[in-house]
Amino acid sequence: MKRVALTITGIQARDLVRSRWILAYTGFFLLLSEGLLRFSGDEAKALLSLATASLMIIPLAALVLATIYVYTTREFTELLLAQPIRRSSLYAGLYAGLALPAAAGFLIGVATPFLLRGGGDPSQRGALVALLLVGTALTCAFTAIAFCVALRTEDRLRGVGVSLGVWLLLAVAYDGLVLTIVALFGDYPIERPVLALMFANPIDLGRLLLLMRLDASALLGYTGAVFARFFGGPAGTWLAAGMLLLWIAAPVAVGARWFRRKDF
Amino acid sequence: MIEFRGVTKRFGDAHVLRGVDLTIARGRVMGLVGPNGAGKTTLIKLLLGLAHPTGGDVRVDGVSILGDVAYRTRIGYMPQIARFPENLAAGELFRMLRTLRGVNAPMDDGLIDRLGLAEHLDKPLRVLSGGTRQKVNAALGLMFRPDVLVLDEPTAGLDPLSSATLKDEILRRNEAGATVLVTSHIMSELEDLCDEVAFLLDGSVRYAGPIGKLTEQTRQKNLERAIAALMIREVA
Repeated sequence: MKRVALTITGIQARDLVRSRWILAYTGFFLLLSEGLLRFSGDEAKALLSLATASLMIIPLAALVLATIYVYTTREFTELLLAQPIRRSSLYAGLYAGLALPAAAGFLIGVATPFLLRGGGDPSQRGALVALLLVGTALTCAFTAIAFCVALRTEDRLRGVGVSLGVWLLLAVAYDGLVLTIVALFGDYPIERPVLALMFANPIDLGRLLLLMRLDASALLGYTGAVFARFFGGPAGTWLAAGMLLLWIAAPVAVGARWFRRKDF
Repeated sequence: MIEFRGVTKRFGDAHVLRGVDLTIARGRVMGLVGPNGAGKTTLIKLLLGLAHPTGGDVRVDGVSILGDVAYRTRIGYMPQIARFPENLAAGELFRMLRTLRGVNAPMDDGLIDRLGLAEHLDKPLRVLSGGTRQKVNAALGLMFRPDVLVLDEPTAGLDPLSSATLKDEILRRNEAGATVLVTSHIMSELEDLCDEVAFLLDGSVRYAGPIGKLTEQTRQKNLERAIAALMIREVA
């Protein structure tokens, strides 16, 4: 099982690492990280800008890259399915072969400029690590979501459309929707429902984790502000981190189930 | 031996297979013919485990393949479309399949040379011509000395010389004892390769047996005309 999954992860990662996609993705974060460090002059500010950009870009790139890749490798996947291997191993291999190169691209791109500066300002190191961890978690979560979308949508164009829709909803429209709900039901005790809404969005969870670290609660958004009031301190961090991990585990599990049952 | 027993397959409201009974005896070459949408590809996918039947059973050498994985060590599959991850080299694909099928899997060492692929092993697949990629595709199916060979439109996109080489390889595998199931739109090709044909229409088998018997029955001079006669009769 492990040998099979590792073999497939290896072959897929090799294909992706040689593709322009991952190179461009890594280059983007490299330029962004280097540019912000060089021109903002203040490492804390650079990290904050990097965090804001990562929260938008990572979900978009992971969704689009993974959806398109699953579609373009459809025939290859069918060839692999005809081999004497279990579907669960194949799925694990294909998923890891997508998530790992994407996460590596982000990590290398963001971290290299800091490493070249000897690790950067020690006081900001916690924030940098938080950014790298949250970015990796979001990559894993949205790669899994993209997998689910591509498995359930036969038509490629529609699949990419659905993925873009997921991104628009969670990354762009979400805070506005929450504020609308708050404005409509402001007379009721709605803090708990609002908290639930935050748990329902991995990007919000990532933002919360980063901004609590970066000491920039003004940028938390509505759900984050409510959350910070409810759970300040380490308990809140662990809760949000746990929820974010659940946002990886749940789509991965759903994708595995769909992959096992799918008719190719 | 490959057996389909009362196999049905529904995709939503579409009945793609409506009770297929078909037996391919060990060591025989069976051609699968029928118009587009008749269910040929679906039937192949069920044999490979790519899709699950709605009803009925599929057996290889008397053992049901449903829920099984190990039987695929004995199957070689050449899909219709040769699309591979484009930044990989053919050599990497061969090594990968080798690892997946177990290091002890029997290998046909001369195959790469006979198909003229040796010089292309290290190039990225994206720079290979369509014909060469199709040969890589064929090699992936034939490489591990399969007992059961499944080929979907094997000679599509091949020049006459490569096409002849591939047919030789298929027959060589068959002489070594492999049971072969092959689809094609080129009837003369099936006449070259096959002992028997199965004619599929609207999800069920309308004829299965020797080619000679079919041409005799329909009083036609070759397979193409015999199948055409069958289709006219079925539609009328």
